[in-house]
Amino acid sequence: MRSKRPDRRGFLKSGAALAGGLTFGATAPASAQTPASGQAHHSPPMIKEGKDEIAYGDRSKHVTSVRIAHGGRPSPDQWGLTFHIAAPLQDSVGVITPSSLHYIGTTRGSFLPDIDPREHRLMIHGLVDRPLTFTMDELKRLPSVTRIHFIECAGNRSSRRAKNVQETHGMTSCAEWTGVLLSTLLRECGLKSGATWFVAEGSEEVKGASSMPIAKAMDDCIIAYGMNGEAVRPQQGFPLRLMVPGFEGIFHTKWLRRIKIVDRYYMNYNDYGHLDRDPKVAALDYQIGPKSVITFPSGGQQLPGRGFYEISGLAWSGGGAIKLVEVSTDGGKRWNKAEIKGTAQRMAHARFGYMWNWDGQPTELLSRCTDEIGQVQPSRAQIAKYWNRPFDATFSVPGLDNSIQPWRIASDGSVTNGFA
Amino acid sequence: MALLKVLAFAVLMGATVAAQSQTYGVGRTPTAEEIRAWDISIGPSGEELPPGRGTVREGAQLYLTKGCAGCHGASGLEGKAPILKSKNGANPDVWARGRILPIRAPFATTVWDYINRGMPLGREGTLTADEVYAITAYLLFINDVIREDEVLDAKTLPHVKMPIGNNYASLPDWKPRTPRLKGYPH
Repeated sequence: MRSKRPDRRGFLKSGAALAGGLTFGATAPASAQTPASGQAHHSPPMIKEGKDEIAYGDRSKHVTSVRIAHGGRPSPDQWGLTFHIAAPLQDSVGVITPSSLHYIGTTRGSFLPDIDPREHRLMIHGLVDRPLTFTMDELKRLPSVTRIHFIECAGNRSSRRAKNVQETHGMTSCAEWTGVLLSTLLRECGLKSGATWFVAEGSEEVKGASSMPIAKAMDDCIIAYGMNGEAVRPQQGFPLRLMVPGFEGIFHTKWLRRIKIVDRYYMNYNDYGHLDRDPKVAALDYQIGPKSVITFPSGGQQLPGRGFYEISGLAWSGGGAIKLVEVSTDGGKRWNKAEIKGTAQRMAHARFGYMWNWDGQPTELLSRCTDEIGQVQPSRAQIAKYWNRPFDATFSVPGLDNSIQPWRIASDGSVTNGFA
Repeated sequence: MALLKVLAFAVLMGATVAAQSQTYGVGRTPTAEEIRAWDISIGPSGEELPPGRGTVREGAQLYLTKGCAGCHGASGLEGKAPILKSKNGANPDVWARGRILPIRAPFATTVWDYINRGMPLGREGTLTADEVYAITAYLLFINDVIREDEVLDAKTLPHVKMPIGNNYASLPDWKPRTPRLKGYPH
């Protein structure tokens, strides 16, 4: 009996190795028991899980992707305020940004409010038949929606100085949001005639407030309490965030406490920041244009050599769903249709891929997208032509910059910003 | 008896109408005082402005005692926080005077609203209405928007003529499923 047991264990272990490289039982030196398959029975070191990791899991210590302060202003800054933080798009896979890596923008820098959801109220008032306040529990009783939406900061623009996609495009992220449609709440309150704008206000110390057209409220705004399968994170507006799909990030009011229905643009502080001289620039400052960027290979990355690569990237638009993504691997001479992974959602990041065999020659990679209403992502040269301006190093794209990002591939496989 | 029946019917009808207009019946009606206490959105007409008044001289004092000078500088120019006085105040082109709230804001109510909701840093919401009127007056004065002897209150503030006037783009008439700017850029 006793002599048979090691054989049985050896059989089980070799079976497991064939099934998927797993081992169980005591680890013995691989050479002694490795069967004819030739696979080494190597066990990695184990992660010792404490109570905290069992309660709320961590990623592998080998995964070190982190957010960075955006645009040169540190966060927290000299006053302890959180300002702009960029997401590590170069490491992103799929379309969902993990909540811990979602970009952060605040209206002037903000201390994060620590809100007790049991105390939190949302008030809707102004030009309505019945002003109403809602507790969090009451909001969760109402019919809900779950939708995937990106958010992008108006300051998300590439520059010659930017080294990687986190610096050029990191002020956008995409998450699954759950909550009540604002239109549902406004129907409960009853809009009065003359209700043409609404003001949304947060609970943070600066009480950030923005005016938005009521047509947007009735179309697709969400009073969101859920994000990526759990409560909205404090950095993203816990316990309530107004989602304004496709509009600039600043409109997505965090720590939402109040919505006031009004008959005109209210010109509060955030609105004042949107003032423009030229109506054409003003028109580019609300709804985000079609935009895409290649995240692999992208600035700062290194290709090991010629051969096969799947070029991967993200595309999004404030105008709706992404309909088409094209990739050029020769600096824009030829454009090839990329594959959109899964079904592109309205006002959501779409992941695209393009199969590429690199011949080892220096080149430039570009991507451009078209959305469901036919808007096409432009190059900076096309934008300069539209404004009758010379396209040189001093040219800055008016309004939110949705121009095509070039990545330069050198013969040594290094990837750099094509604007540099 | 007949009257009672009619009354009961009317009550029932009333309840039905209410139920239809408010589909879910979830949420509570706030009192007028609750709305007043929460409503800090001051629109261009100034209808929400609270009673109170403030002068330029009071504002100059408060600018020092409330800590404004600590971040924005004694003259509004030399602090770490955004400047509050134009370095180019004589330029006839208002847009060239810089993105200075008391200059570029199209309504004086915008200045009042921001000071009231967002200042001073770390002690937001602690200024009285009188103090907000006074600091608003001071910032408008140092940018040559109002005279030194002007008094601001709920009546006068909305009528302050701001330098930018109507010299800014009207807002886009946003519609769903519509390009943000027709023909841009192809």
